[in-house]
Amino acid sequence: MASTPLTYLNHEHSVASWLLTKDHKRIGVMYLVVVTLAFFLGGLFATLIRLELATPAGDLLSNDDYNKMFTMHGVVMVFFVLIPAVPAILGNFVLPLMLGAKDVAFPKINLLSWYVFVIGFLFTVYAMVTGGVDTGWTFYTPYSSRASNSNVMMTGIGVFITGFSSILTGLNFMVTIHRMRAPGLTWFRLPLFVWAVYATSLVQILGTPVIAITVLALAVERGLHFGIFDAALGGDPVLFQHMFWFYSHPAVYIMILPPMGAISEVIACFSRKSIFGYSFVAFSSLAIAIFGFLVWAHHMFVSGISVYSALVFSFLTYAVAIPSAVKTFNWTATMYKGAIWLKAPMIWAIAFLALFLVGGLTGLFTAALGVDVHIHDTYFVVAHFHFIMVGGAVMGFFAGLHFWWPKITGRMYSEIWAKVAAIVVLAGFILTFGPQFILGYLGMPRRYHVYPDEFQVLNVLSSAGASILAVGYLIVGIYLMASLFKGKHAGANPWHATGLEWTTQSPPLPHNFEVQPIVTREAYEYSSQEVTVG
Amino acid sequence: MGDAVAVHGGHGDAHAHHHPDLQHHFDTLEQQHEAATLGMWLFLITEVLFFGGLFLAYMLYRVWYPVAWAEASRELDIVLGAFNTAVLIGSSLTMALAVRAAQTGKQRATVVWILLTMTLGFVFLIVKYFEYKEKFEHHHVPGPNFVFEGPEAGPAQIYFSLYFLMTGLHATHMIIGFFIMAVIAWMAHKKRFTPEWYTPVEITGLYWHFVDIVWIFLFPLLYLVDRAGHFA
Repeated sequence: MASTPLTYLNHEHSVASWLLTKDHKRIGVMYLVVVTLAFFLGGLFATLIRLELATPAGDLLSNDDYNKMFTMHGVVMVFFVLIPAVPAILGNFVLPLMLGAKDVAFPKINLLSWYVFVIGFLFTVYAMVTGGVDTGWTFYTPYSSRASNSNVMMTGIGVFITGFSSILTGLNFMVTIHRMRAPGLTWFRLPLFVWAVYATSLVQILGTPVIAITVLALAVERGLHFGIFDAALGGDPVLFQHMFWFYSHPAVYIMILPPMGAISEVIACFSRKSIFGYSFVAFSSLAIAIFGFLVWAHHMFVSGISVYSALVFSFLTYAVAIPSAVKTFNWTATMYKGAIWLKAPMIWAIAFLALFLVGGLTGLFTAALGVDVHIHDTYFVVAHFHFIMVGGAVMGFFAGLHFWWPKITGRMYSEIWAKVAAIVVLAGFILTFGPQFILGYLGMPRRYHVYPDEFQVLNVLSSAGASILAVGYLIVGIYLMASLFKGKHAGANPWHATGLEWTTQSPPLPHNFEVQPIVTREAYEYSSQEVTVG
Repeated sequence: MGDAVAVHGGHGDAHAHHHPDLQHHFDTLEQQHEAATLGMWLFLITEVLFFGGLFLAYMLYRVWYPVAWAEASRELDIVLGAFNTAVLIGSSLTMALAVRAAQTGKQRATVVWILLTMTLGFVFLIVKYFEYKEKFEHHHVPGPNFVFEGPEAGPAQIYFSLYFLMTGLHATHMIIGFFIMAVIAWMAHKKRFTPEWYTPVEITGLYWHFVDIVWIFLFPLLYLVDRAGHFA
């Protein structure tokens, strides 16, 4: 290799060359920067929540301020971290590479998505620094339309704008997957990450417009005193909940499907085995995307919906567990009798498996009508969805980030620190959210900052866990940054992985490939590989 | 810049004959065209879902409040509504003719048909302006000043909330369409389109037809609720 090969990072240096880039790789990196900022902002709110909850009395924050903290934590983490994290960062970077394409189908729209995302984020941050918002991230009416005096409108505008970023990204990826595949790259030769991103795009395209119209309807109701959800006029606040969850439940799959795709890549690579049941894993992504649209009312079992519709939604919620279980079993079966190579991405992936399992199984508890009445709006639910969203989505994101970091930056991070961080994050996570299952089952409601003394021990454990978790995330940030300056050069394929993204240099060329790749094999042909690793 | 070298046929980057409108990351014009039209269709699906939320609300409340829906609907001017429906269907025709003209390489006709489409769209908005004005004068705009005689005032206000939101969003889409059509007409005037490449005209046409179809649903749902007087 030449002394300094031409890469997407060094072929242009000016600020404008970044801000006006149409290169999907640079746009992915730009998303990484903004999402990391949002992650720390959301983490700051979480820190204040856990500090407040260390004591039974409300001594750190006032009632109103506490309401704002959990609302802003939710808004930032959901809309500005979890939803864009894997598709917009890793998807942008690796999807065209995996397809053997030079870029996504619409590079200008891809850049536009980033700007729309940043503008939406700025609106939201502006709403937060000028008084905050306290409705909960769910914006339920009539609280959001009439009662709240906080910056609902400005936050709503931020969420509305950001939605278009998500729509445009999903649209772009879907067209890219349909029309930009390399010669020979048939649908069933696609890496499973591509299938996962495809299923995610489907949800983004079909779901996001509905949250957009819902927030718009809320805005005209709040701002212009239109009455669409207003019970005083005969309107139905529960309609808002239906429309909100029609997007916001599938949005959970926007968060978890792409990390699942990354996990499929990592587990196959570090088990040195072809993925077990390729087509089952591929179709389970689509099944999750489709079934995901049919379960939204399980958030509303205690909102006064009819018992018959509750029965159907409960049943369908159980059904969506099947494709998730298919994936989990197939990953485990892939590891079985594989030559497991415990590098850092694999440690993160195994942590994902463990936490996702708990998160998924506790989802079945909440799907059961009778049990849900008991645990609805308690810390049990908080613990459940954090196991999915942090234990699942964030762990999966880190697995993918550690897997592709050498490709993105051309550098290796400290392997030992990456392993330490994975263990610290895993331990901190379990200590944070494990006790919350018990708290919730014992009856501690979510969104309260004052609680009876007997809940203190478990809350202190949870807060202690959160501080360990924070340290874990900081370690990740530090060694990844350090790798940029001191990391060893990665070479094109440090993991001896299959997949087109590993056939080009690291960091890749501005136009990805020296020659147009032609695909002649299925994905994950690890068994025929002659390389010995270890 | 390290341009990739082509190894298989059909890859246009390093070939001398590539079309000026072929973007670097596509291999052929056909691939570029297919990507653009697929993208537009997907965008229209998102639009269906976007309006779909309001249609859902409409459906729920119409089932709950049939009398209010009938009474409030009669406040709309059916003549103006029908006139506007005809105008918009006409604009779909002129738009289709614009696409046809672009496809057959008639640049001047393309410009004329697009300008005619814009004119018809403008007529629609003028009529809509007078309809809105009448609603303001009769205090049928939702909010503190809303006035509606009889026991159905509450649901009628919901009706008018949906009326303004749906028709307002529709009009917003038309205004966005004007900007797009202005650009397309300018490009056609500059002879940018050929039978080989007229994708922007085609996807603008798709967008405009979608805007029309939304109105085809809005007109009967909003204007023709109970003209026979079953709930009178």
